[in-house]
Amino acid sequence: MPKLLTGAEIVFKCLEDQKVEHIFGYPGGAVLPIYDELKNHPSIKHILVRHEQGAGHAAEGYARSSGKPGVVLVTSGPGATNVVTALTDAYMDSVPLVCISGQVPTHLIGTDAFQECDTTGITRPCTKHNWLVKDINDLSKVMHEAFTVATTGRPGPVLIDIPKDIQFAKAKYKKPNKEKKLNGKSHNKFSQDQIDELVTLLSKTKKPIIYSGGGVINSGPKASQALREFVELTGFPITSTLQGLGAYPGDDNQFLGMLGMHGTYEANNAMHDCDLLINIGARFDDRITGKIDEFSPNSKKVHIDIDPSSINKIIKVDLAIVGDVTSVISKINKTIAKRKNGHSKSNKSNIAKWWEQIEKWREKDSLNFVNSDESIKPQHAVQRLYELTKDKDTYVTTEVGQHQMWAAQHYKFNKPNRWMTSGGLGTMGYGLPAAVGVQIAHPEKLVIDIAGEASVLMTMQEMSTAVQYNLPIKIFILNNQYMGMVRQWQELLHEKNYSESYSEALPDFMKMAEAYGCKGIKADNPADLDDKIQEMIDYDGPVIFDCHVDPNENCFPMIPSGKPHNQMILGPKDQEENKIKGKGKALV
Amino acid sequence: MPKSKSAYSVPTKKQKPDTYIFVVWVDNEAGVLARVVGLFSGRGYNIESLAVAEVDAVKNISRITIVTTGTPQVIDQIRLQLTKLVPVHKVAEFKREDKDVIFKEMALFKVVGKRNKIEKCLNACKKFNPVILDETKSSAVIQITALRREIDVMNKKLKPLGLVSTSRTGAVAMTRGAKIFN
Repeated sequence: MPKLLTGAEIVFKCLEDQKVEHIFGYPGGAVLPIYDELKNHPSIKHILVRHEQGAGHAAEGYARSSGKPGVVLVTSGPGATNVVTALTDAYMDSVPLVCISGQVPTHLIGTDAFQECDTTGITRPCTKHNWLVKDINDLSKVMHEAFTVATTGRPGPVLIDIPKDIQFAKAKYKKPNKEKKLNGKSHNKFSQDQIDELVTLLSKTKKPIIYSGGGVINSGPKASQALREFVELTGFPITSTLQGLGAYPGDDNQFLGMLGMHGTYEANNAMHDCDLLINIGARFDDRITGKIDEFSPNSKKVHIDIDPSSINKIIKVDLAIVGDVTSVISKINKTIAKRKNGHSKSNKSNIAKWWEQIEKWREKDSLNFVNSDESIKPQHAVQRLYELTKDKDTYVTTEVGQHQMWAAQHYKFNKPNRWMTSGGLGTMGYGLPAAVGVQIAHPEKLVIDIAGEASVLMTMQEMSTAVQYNLPIKIFILNNQYMGMVRQWQELLHEKNYSESYSEALPDFMKMAEAYGCKGIKADNPADLDDKIQEMIDYDGPVIFDCHVDPNENCFPMIPSGKPHNQMILGPKDQEENKIKGKGKALV
Repeated sequence: MPKSKSAYSVPTKKQKPDTYIFVVWVDNEAGVLARVVGLFSGRGYNIESLAVAEVDAVKNISRITIVTTGTPQVIDQIRLQLTKLVPVHKVAEFKREDKDVIFKEMALFKVVGKRNKIEKCLNACKKFNPVILDETKSSAVIQITALRREIDVMNKKLKPLGLVSTSRTGAVAMTRGAKIFN
């Protein structure tokens, strides 16, 4: 007769068989049996966070930067409710997380017991699936299924709620099934006909654009490789969503920069005027499309996505290919290569005029800003940070707001999995804990959180985690004393009524660094900026970098919400020029 | 209040919504109905009626029938989103006007009143296989099976004749002929 294991032992057996090396968590009454078992499993390292939201974001950073699922362990009640923000964030951005939560013993469920909450009820809309394990004999099967659900198809978070008595109860352990049961949810059954149809479209187009997204990153490094080949084969211009940055080299000439609300002039105009739009692993988010009725009005639209429910959700497309980005693009590349008469050559001449037009848009230099000798411009700070770190294999996380957009615009990513940001949910406070997770996954790499002072205060306590595990993360705060993006919208759209967007009593970040036991660096003079950044990079340990920037700077270009792509508000230089011409406010 | 200059996305051209019937086969497990219903409420879809019961005790399968309204785009989304749920095995949907599908609902009417009024009620229900399930001197419980719309009509019609309480099952559906949903 096989040995009976306790629920807690089974949890770790499963984690070992799923090759989990790190879990992010916080102990509490209802998970104590699992924490008690931790000491017997040296291959699994537990990272103690300071708040369960931090555990969730750290696991997200870990997953996004490594391609492996992030594992979270929290207690019942407040432990579970605190992790909800991170689960929702992971759900929106398709990050594979497996969250294990403790629950009160089964006989107390429903009695309003101490630290009880309806965890599976609360997390149902923010997970791909969740389970309440009421029978110890189901535990190993559920654990393995959880990893399968989290990592297959469009990835996402899952949650397993384990009552305390189940953690003590005993059962046989079952190994994971080799074959994956998909329950009719296979997402890789595209046909060669679809590929042929696409390749025919490619050969006819005169004004194409490729619009790639986070799906390329999620599909793995091979997808980025295939995408690069595809772009090279076709000679087409490519733009990327916020989540897709890094899939294609940011400094390549065929790359038009990010598109959407704070995307470049050339990318958005190309989206608007193109005759063929190829969406690869993106989901036509409202920050990308702007006004739906006027979105890319004259184009044939192709959508490649692993999630069938993404197709036609917002934008009707002419050709949908449901499949994994890696296999779809590889197939396309092969098909292009097979077609005779050197398709790529003839096609490149087809689109020469289109490139001329794009170069004209590029001349606008829409990411421009007026630099200053007196105050540090935030864009300048990001540019200097990029120049001083680009030779290292740097991982960047961000919080949410102006600094996030400046980072996306001015930091150029050349590899996938190097850019971790909260795009869908837009969670302020994501970046610092995410940096913790990234550094755990990549202990030798430079990890920087480009932060805003308002966002970073939301999860500041995780500095303590960084110090505990000696994680040399660099928190690069663009400190403008405002909730900058809120202030910008109030300036542009609410008649400068800066309602509650100014932080009156900010902490002294230098003293804060000292209090946490890490290094603090402060910069407020453009002349010293490079030296200070270098000092930050060279320091072997966590750093809080308080970069005082011009508080009145706005993030341009910008498409006001609800407007189409060709009605962008451009930066100060352009606004100045238009004033001289008597055109008034620039709505190009 | 001065007109706000604030920019935000506003809904634009709307398509006409139609009535559709969804049939969903799910694992009969705790919380599965909440997942399906939560998907509808969370994404702002309508539920006009809902009928659910286990149909295969061996395989542990329940069959959910949902009547909903939506534009073709919304209906597509409902199908695709339902299909993504882990305990969902298959999803079928069809238009209310579909001739190949039988679409029935059962209703119980309690009528209180004098004999002649109850007779009138029974007469009015004649087309819908009325069955008297309970009868006293001054009351009757009448069961009918009909289309949703027909039950709506009967419900109105019987009010002046002493209808005091209505209970309906919600629509269930089945294809005609030898064909089954796939």
